[in-house]
Amino acid sequence: MLSRVADSLFWISRYIERAENIAREIDANINLMLDLPDEERNWDPLIQTVGSNDEFYEKFGEATIENVMDFLVLDEENPNSVISCIAKARENARCVREIITLEMWLHINKFYHRLRDKAIKDELLNNPHDFCTEIKIFCQLYVGIQEGSMSHNEGWNFSWLGRLLERIDQTSRLLDVKYYILLPNVSMVGMSLDIVQWNAVLKSVSAFEMFKKTYSNVTPQNVAQFLILNKEFPRSFIYCLEHAEKALKRITKDKELIGQKSLRLIGKLRSKLEFSTISEIIQSGLHETIDEIQIALMEIDETIRKEFFSF
Amino acid sequence: MNILNYDPQDFYDELFIEQGKVRSCAKALISTITKMPDGELQRRQKAAEASFMDTGITFAVYGNKESTEKIIPFDVIPRIVDAKSWEPLEKGLQQRTYAMNCFLNDIYGEQKILKDKVIPEQLVKTCIAYRKECDGLKPPRSIWAHITGTDLVRDKDGTFYVLEDNMRCPSGVSYVLQNRRVLKQTFPQVFSKCAIRSVDAYPTKLREMLKYLAPDNIDEPNVVVLTPGIYNSAYYEHSFLAQQMGVDLVCGNDLVVQDNKVYEKTTKGLKQVHVIYRRIDDDFLDPKVFRADSVLGVPGIFDAYKSGNVALANAPGCGVADDKAIYSYVPKIIKYYLDEDNIIPNVPTYVCDNEKDKKYVIENIAKMVVKAVGESGGYGMLVGPQASKNDLEEFKNRINSNPRNYIAQPLISLSRVPTLVEGNFEGRHVDLRPYIIQGKEIYVLPGGLTRVALKRGSYVVNSSQGGGAKDTWVMSKQKNEGEDNVK
Repeated sequence: MLSRVADSLFWISRYIERAENIAREIDANINLMLDLPDEERNWDPLIQTVGSNDEFYEKFGEATIENVMDFLVLDEENPNSVISCIAKARENARCVREIITLEMWLHINKFYHRLRDKAIKDELLNNPHDFCTEIKIFCQLYVGIQEGSMSHNEGWNFSWLGRLLERIDQTSRLLDVKYYILLPNVSMVGMSLDIVQWNAVLKSVSAFEMFKKTYSNVTPQNVAQFLILNKEFPRSFIYCLEHAEKALKRITKDKELIGQKSLRLIGKLRSKLEFSTISEIIQSGLHETIDEIQIALMEIDETIRKEFFSF
Repeated sequence: MNILNYDPQDFYDELFIEQGKVRSCAKALISTITKMPDGELQRRQKAAEASFMDTGITFAVYGNKESTEKIIPFDVIPRIVDAKSWEPLEKGLQQRTYAMNCFLNDIYGEQKILKDKVIPEQLVKTCIAYRKECDGLKPPRSIWAHITGTDLVRDKDGTFYVLEDNMRCPSGVSYVLQNRRVLKQTFPQVFSKCAIRSVDAYPTKLREMLKYLAPDNIDEPNVVVLTPGIYNSAYYEHSFLAQQMGVDLVCGNDLVVQDNKVYEKTTKGLKQVHVIYRRIDDDFLDPKVFRADSVLGVPGIFDAYKSGNVALANAPGCGVADDKAIYSYVPKIIKYYLDEDNIIPNVPTYVCDNEKDKKYVIENIAKMVVKAVGESGGYGMLVGPQASKNDLEEFKNRINSNPRNYIAQPLISLSRVPTLVEGNFEGRHVDLRPYIIQGKEIYVLPGGLTRVALKRGSYVVNSSQGGGAKDTWVMSKQKNEGEDNVK
């Protein structure tokens, strides 16, 4: 498979995964704000995960819902807005138009044209929840169409690998911004505010229902344990790493030397987390652990790029 | 809007002999159209256009941020060519393509045709597309012009003429295949009733030809399509053809040259490439040989080609044969190499480089169509009878200051086809571009791109100048005549 093609397939799914996460986080945050209307600057953490606060306030001045939606969803100058993600996914899809299936391409192309429609802004502001739902469904449908229409070949594995790495990246950013909520001062533990916030975090990664089936108590430790170490939840760190490692093994199966370094790095990070307990992680600092994971992820990304995409 | 009320006026109409009188090849179609409820045809046309947009069958519009992609306007009423008219076209195109290839072999070889003074040497050597780097070069299987798109027009009396030869990456064949897909959905009854020749074989024929070019002793040659990338206006076509042929679509960056061999970069390392269908102009192909500032090409690819390790289609340098000034010599070229008369006539052409011709053109400019020899896409062109006084003066000056750059032809009163215009049927002028593949044998695609000038009265069919496209139906012999379905 052409390196450029593998690169594009890897990035299409990353961008679509990213768009889905943004939509879900917006939705969860709107929901949160309805419960905590008095909280100030409650969009800041989200703006920070998607772009930068400085950029936002410089451009828009005030964090009204209109401005925030504009910045996070429709601002083509913000490289991480939903529309930018979809545009980049679509550009990559055009580059590999002859590799992916017609259904996959039609799905992306139609949605791209829909987002670029002039009337879209009113629709978004009239009902942000519905609009976020539409974005989420678009992304989930894409995954489903790919799953059901594309052969599970090397290209598919690159695509799946991209999706998993993006998931860890997104979840880790979210946790990093919210870690202070998960690890509050001793004096704040048990206040009702926390529960609302934790629920919002869980909903942001669509983990709410599955969490409830695993734990009866919403404690910071449980939430962190679920999102980092649960082997069954498809957005936890350990799940994503395990499956990314498997995808990479399938990719390198018939290649003698290529990809060995990527494989080693991913395996190293996976085993490090696999043999940690949540108490150890919290003891050494959640923020510090996430920092380490993010640095390791960046190295993995860079190594994959060098070994497979541009040499 | 009854199509039987359509008035062909004083033109050759491809579907009507006169008002209410349908050509026999078009009877099944017209009968189907008359039976459709009002607005149905328009609805189908809109659906077709939406499907082109969704599928991304678009071309890039430069310098327009809002809508960077557009579909080529599509008209749902096809142009029909009966078997009897097609036969000489097919033969004539084969003849012409074969002769042009002889010409290219000669020009970059022994140059007999110049020594025999059939064509002035200076005219050939001053062609913009003449590549001195190709002198003495022998391309694989001695083929230069692998894919040709020849523009044909039909005059008032129904005679077909060759208007232009295109050998530099002629585009549009993907529209032929896609237009056909849409029309099969639009008029299924007509397809089952008439024997319309299929165009589906094109990608297979193209792939066969490309494989034929591979160096000897290669069992499974690796064929690729080389594109300038997604911002190129014909990108859709590049990707479509690669997909239909089942070969890789590559950009310049995907290829490297080592030891005069071309490789593609894959996730398993480097893989050798044997044949390249390149959709990049000569100028940008190899920064080491042609334009040094090209970032689209592959450094070293020309040397690899010269060493015989990779085949390029079309061959670099083949553009000399489609220069508009060389065009006027094509009948002589055919006679010289084949000792035959040309089957499809040329449009009479005045080469301004020739003093006598120039004088005639300047005096009669208001009656002529003037074209810059190296331009394409309808740019650098004057339609005398439709031009303003200023434009006429301007072109006189241009011709006088650079006569080599201009040719002129009488205005051909292009044939017309009924076209849907705001719910009515109106005649619009068309040309026809069939595609010819030259490999082991010469294959002429039965059909081609019918380009239509959508502006009322306009003779310029290029998509960059407001042109659209129609499907072209070539009827096969057996069922063509006789069926009379219209009362």
